[in-house]
Amino acid sequence: MMASPAQGAAKDNATPALASLLRHPLLRPLAALALLLLIDLVAIPGFFHVSIKDGHLYGSLIDIVNRAAPLMLAALGMTLVIATRGIDISVGAVVALSGTVAAMLIGGGPQADTPLVWAMAGAIGAALVCGLWNGVLVSSLGLQPIVATLILMVAGRGLAQLLTDGQIVTVYYAPFFFLGGGYVAGLPFSLTVVALVFAVIALMMRKTALGLFIQAVGINPVAARLAGLKTASLIMFVYVFCAACAGLAGLMISSNIKSADANNAGLLLELDAILAVTLGGTSLAGGKFSLVGSVIGALIIQTLTYTIYSLGVPPEVNMVVKSVVVFLVCLSQSAEFKQLFSRARSA
Amino acid sequence: MKSPYFTPLVTLVLLLAMLGIGGAVYPGLLSVQVILNLLIDNAFLLVLAIGMSFVILSGGIDLSVGSVLALATMISAWLLQVAHWPPLAVIALVLLLGALFGGGMGAMIHYFKLQAFIVTLAGMFLARGLCYLISINSITIDDPLYLAMSQTQLGLLGGFVSPSALIALAMLALAIFLAHFTAFGRGVYAIGGNEQSALMMGLPVARTKVLVYAFSGFCAALAGVLFSFYMLSGYGLHAQGTELDAIAAVVIGGTLLSGGYGYVAGALSGVLVLGTIQTLIAFDGTLSSWWTRIVIGALLFIFCVVQRLMAMGAARRAAA
Repeated sequence: MMASPAQGAAKDNATPALASLLRHPLLRPLAALALLLLIDLVAIPGFFHVSIKDGHLYGSLIDIVNRAAPLMLAALGMTLVIATRGIDISVGAVVALSGTVAAMLIGGGPQADTPLVWAMAGAIGAALVCGLWNGVLVSSLGLQPIVATLILMVAGRGLAQLLTDGQIVTVYYAPFFFLGGGYVAGLPFSLTVVALVFAVIALMMRKTALGLFIQAVGINPVAARLAGLKTASLIMFVYVFCAACAGLAGLMISSNIKSADANNAGLLLELDAILAVTLGGTSLAGGKFSLVGSVIGALIIQTLTYTIYSLGVPPEVNMVVKSVVVFLVCLSQSAEFKQLFSRARSA
Repeated sequence: MKSPYFTPLVTLVLLLAMLGIGGAVYPGLLSVQVILNLLIDNAFLLVLAIGMSFVILSGGIDLSVGSVLALATMISAWLLQVAHWPPLAVIALVLLLGALFGGGMGAMIHYFKLQAFIVTLAGMFLARGLCYLISINSITIDDPLYLAMSQTQLGLLGGFVSPSALIALAMLALAIFLAHFTAFGRGVYAIGGNEQSALMMGLPVARTKVLVYAFSGFCAALAGVLFSFYMLSGYGLHAQGTELDAIAAVVIGGTLLSGGYGYVAGALSGVLVLGTIQTLIAFDGTLSSWWTRIVIGALLFIFCVVQRLMAMGAARRAAA
């Protein structure tokens, strides 16, 4: 009743900088992260304390960032898939498969059976094959993405279990541990890897037309194809990229836990990745996407987990909180819900 | 797509071939009791797949069913063992809660135009999380009615089945009636075929969609009740990943994942195929359980590709 459109516009004109800041897509995820950190600041003593031990940084913040690294990678890959209106629920299976391949190639001795580089290349290669498989099913056969990736989700973990005979493969070859547990210039090496992947993909999106093309496919696949875009190759690319990210995440996880666990590695990681992407403001309807947003989303999830553990709340609550967050984020993206809300306010 | 009977027929042939080859390789597989055991061991999966059939026929997906099943076992066990409710009241309440849970998700999907898979994904997290809020441990059920349901053997065709298997079959009969002989069923097929057209034809799209998810939630809760008869316990880790088995059963049963095409009865053949794979692997003895996953994945792949190629062929014929 009070806020007529004219008044609203006038207010926007008065402070255009503030208004555009308030409409910035990253505002909500950043606010959520800030709120979580604020809770931590008040409730957990010494949360922001970072000290130097054994020549590298040490503290809650570093721990959160380090643990969020595989999720950030998976979320980066998932962002592009979701931007093309797709979904990849085989991420967890690819994580298990790539970690298993690497651990099997390195073997259980103090020396590596296969040179480290080849073992890692083999793992990423296995992930790329998974990505190609998903890509062919979605782009060439035209299967719905959720169904196409469901096949690999079911069978992929089975293949990993087949390779290891259902056992956990422990690795004793020390250089392998650097990826998930090493430090560079005081910071976790995993963070460097994430930063590199992010830089490469962000450059490809910003400096080439690839980002625009992906967005076009997501907004309207038919129109994109009629405009002369090679939609099939683009869709293939995003699934291969997503699988490569998942493969790298799998290497990181198995390097961090110094073993490959085909049964549990990356279990439900796809759900967390989808959640991170959604939290970061990428629309599930395709088109609009934000890589930075997904990284922030992954940080929110990991901070939330850390907070819940530190506050002494039973960790089981985590799932309930996550689901409520997903419901809220989805509703906040729904135009119908906004209408309902504004109607209720004007009434 | 020459005839709508084609894919279910393929499934039936596959099932008979698997049983035939299995019977030839492993003597003893083709006894009446082994076949009836397929029904006994997979009664809960059949009920899940029935609910999932309706959702998929309407063009949606429900990823929450496995977790709702677990939540149903957990609530039943808690009410029976800790709150000492009468068992029939427990069952009634659990079924009602399941329907409400599903209906709530359906309402969000329809009224707020949210994607079915993300809403039911959140529902999956929520239901599992609620299980752990009740208890993180398994709760054993020793209620006399549950024990009776678990141990009763009803003679049939020279073998025996559990009451749960009969409940599942009764549910299947009800579902076939709902799908093919009621306005609700026709509405489900119409929405799956083309929601816009269904709306323009004046069909009650909103009510039907919410009811479809409510029915799926009800089926998941009923499957939970059957599962608690089977396991005699409630546990948050029960039936992890079962939603995928249910989807696989529906697809293998010949229902198109794009909606509007298929038979509810296909759920039975799909479930029996999955059960036969597990039985064959158990009979072999040298194969490990993960072969089940690989074979299910391969079957899913083959069925999806065949369905897709048939749909592409039909589209080409329609264009010509």
